[in-house]
Amino acid sequence: MSLKLDQLKPGETGRIDGFTDASPSVRLLELGLLPGTQVEVVRLAPLGDPMDLKVRGFHVSLRKSEAACILVSRA
Amino acid sequence: MQAVAVRKIALAGNPNVGKTVLFNALTGANQKVANYPGVTVERKSGRLKDSGQGGQPVEIIDLPGCYSLNPRSIDERIAHDVLVGAMPGEAPPDAVVCVVDATNLERNLYLVTQVLDLGLPCVLALNMTDAAEAAGIEIDIAALSEALGIPVIPLAARLGRGIADVREAALERAVVAPPIDWPVREDVEEEVAKLSAVLSAERPELSDRRRRFEVFAALVSDVLLETWQERAPEFHAAVQDARHRMNAYSVPYQMAETMGRYGWVSPLAHRVITTRKKVGERSLSDKLDAVLIHRIWGPVLFAALLVVIFQAVFTWAVPAMDFIEWAVNETGAGIRAVMPDGILEDVMVEGALTGVGNVIIFLPQILILFFFLGLMEDTGYMARSAFIMDRAMRRFGLSGASVVPMLSAYACAVPGIMAARTLPEERDRIITIMVVPLQGCSARLPVYVLFIGAFIPAGTYFGVIGYQSLAMTSLYFLGTGMAFVAAWVLSRFVFKGEGSSFVMELPPYRLPQIKMVLRRMVDRSKVFVVRAGRIIFGLSILLWILAAYPKSDLPADLEARMAAATTAEQVETLQNEASAWRTSQSYIGRFGRALEPVMAPLGFDWKISAGIVASFAAREVIVSALATIYSAGADADEESLALRDAIKADTYPDGTPVFTPLVAVSLMVFFVFALQCMSTLAIARRELNSWFWPVVMWVYMFGLAYLFSLAIYQGGLALGLG
Repeated sequence: MSLKLDQLKPGETGRIDGFTDASPSVRLLELGLLPGTQVEVVRLAPLGDPMDLKVRGFHVSLRKSEAACILVSRA
Repeated sequence: MQAVAVRKIALAGNPNVGKTVLFNALTGANQKVANYPGVTVERKSGRLKDSGQGGQPVEIIDLPGCYSLNPRSIDERIAHDVLVGAMPGEAPPDAVVCVVDATNLERNLYLVTQVLDLGLPCVLALNMTDAAEAAGIEIDIAALSEALGIPVIPLAARLGRGIADVREAALERAVVAPPIDWPVREDVEEEVAKLSAVLSAERPELSDRRRRFEVFAALVSDVLLETWQERAPEFHAAVQDARHRMNAYSVPYQMAETMGRYGWVSPLAHRVITTRKKVGERSLSDKLDAVLIHRIWGPVLFAALLVVIFQAVFTWAVPAMDFIEWAVNETGAGIRAVMPDGILEDVMVEGALTGVGNVIIFLPQILILFFFLGLMEDTGYMARSAFIMDRAMRRFGLSGASVVPMLSAYACAVPGIMAARTLPEERDRIITIMVVPLQGCSARLPVYVLFIGAFIPAGTYFGVIGYQSLAMTSLYFLGTGMAFVAAWVLSRFVFKGEGSSFVMELPPYRLPQIKMVLRRMVDRSKVFVVRAGRIIFGLSILLWILAAYPKSDLPADLEARMAAATTAEQVETLQNEASAWRTSQSYIGRFGRALEPVMAPLGFDWKISAGIVASFAAREVIVSALATIYSAGADADEESLALRDAIKADTYPDGTPVFTPLVAVSLMVFFVFALQCMSTLAIARRELNSWFWPVVMWVYMFGLAYLFSLAIYQGGLALGLG
């Protein structure tokens, strides 16, 4: 079942299924957040937002509102 | 293979891959930092070390770091334009060195495939091989080189390993790679083929792969599409049609290029990389992050770092600032000693020299701030500070990356505005720059010290909180509070609907390279001195002329008393009185009188109004301006008791005091808000490349100043506090 990326908890990993938006942020795509890509939620910022994600071996931070546009299934 | 001699080499790569370290190593001291026309992006170029003897010198240009050549940000646009030769006055490079991070090969190769598709001769510099080794990553260089079709040179730029190889390869072995066949979904491929045909009819000079690159770029980027409107109108129209068609059938064409390139890059990366480390083992960077962005320790350590920076800016800079002040005064005295008395001497000393002093007095603080900012950037901590603060700042329409500029502005708005360059989103950058000058900078301090010292009693509440320190703190809170309100208003009403985004890499921590940090500190400070300095210098001379002219004869009785004066003390007092008279008759004095009706509702008489006009250039000037007007001697400072007493003793013709505590509060609040600072305007003009926002900035801040002072003075009078 597809979840939104912001619903994953720190330590959990998901695989990207797609995007809620027909034209997702090109910046995300260029950084390699594509359908099929594994994403690990490493931690949340001290105030609970943004998220620290590990994708393709590097860390990227994403606001939860942005993560909510990414559909994932738990890996 | 290499047909033409290489004259110009471009370094391209993602941010944080050590491009600049390589650049420094290749160029040595022969560097030039300028700006690309019309934007704030730095153009860093230099001459290749030891090139030029017995031949043509080779220019190296360090492109801004970017993740892609699809120009969404200014940095990417510049990198794209330079590489394709679309930058006015800039010939395309003869060779490109793609710098990649060996510990992060997959994502780095994405940009490489785009650069290769431009059809320029390339080599790949595989940097950070030392870090990769430490992380247990092995890369099959021969296989990588064969797959890409260009030489691959292992490099550890920070250790100085491989620099000579990269140099030799860029000069001798750069080649145009054979086309890469990255997969594209069929429905998109069909449209791309059609668009390619249209473009080839209009622009036959483009190579096949370059055409393909341009088609994908135009499909995804509105900015790039627009560039074709004139050059290839039919292509322009065809792209729009194709977008509509694909949108109608929900074809995810925006993803086609990225999916295709990663579809080619990922298997390649997996093929050439062998990782010896066990899965799940954490890197040093991850371990550091567990503390540095920890729920509790993260904010605590960030706050501690800020305390250290402020301590440095406000205490370490003081001796240097005192020295500059002393040196400027001594130079003035020196000039006075050798030059004949007269107008020229006055212009030199009171106009030009004061102008120079106004520019360089803040240099120590600016240098120290830039040093710390450079350190934060170089280690990778800057991104963490933004990560920690983003949630809190977003409530006000700012971004986590606004924190550092806003804090820097407590020292001086100039480095604050320049620090806003690190904000990736243009919207966030403009909002940040617009509110930064409301922070209580150090130039406001003399004004606060003078009036708090003169009018706020030294007592304490309950023996603990001093009235004076409470007043000072309130002024700082007022400024900062208003900065947040202004940011909120701007994001809510002016930039509404423009989504801000926070997709930001948290790069691995690296040991800072002090040499690089120092170099950047000097480069940025130079920008302040040279660019802002010119405007400040010119206006300082203008303000001096306004304060010195027209020359008027002294009243007869003053002349008589001066003639009769015998002791040195009497002479000095009378000379002070004379200069007060001259100032009152000067243009500034006249402006002050003309402004009095406008400023009277705030409680300001013509002398205060004249002081405000005189301090248009720099806030602290009001202290010396009032000192002159009140005959306390122009060299009186904010601690001067003579000036405090003169101000307290001044009365209107009807005998009521000019300055009451209420007037002092009204004036201080005026200085919290009003943008009395040419340096700020000059640097904002430079960073935003237009006078529009700086003018808006001045107007809204003056408006706030006027309204708040009006409310305070009139409110105070109504409450009987006059």
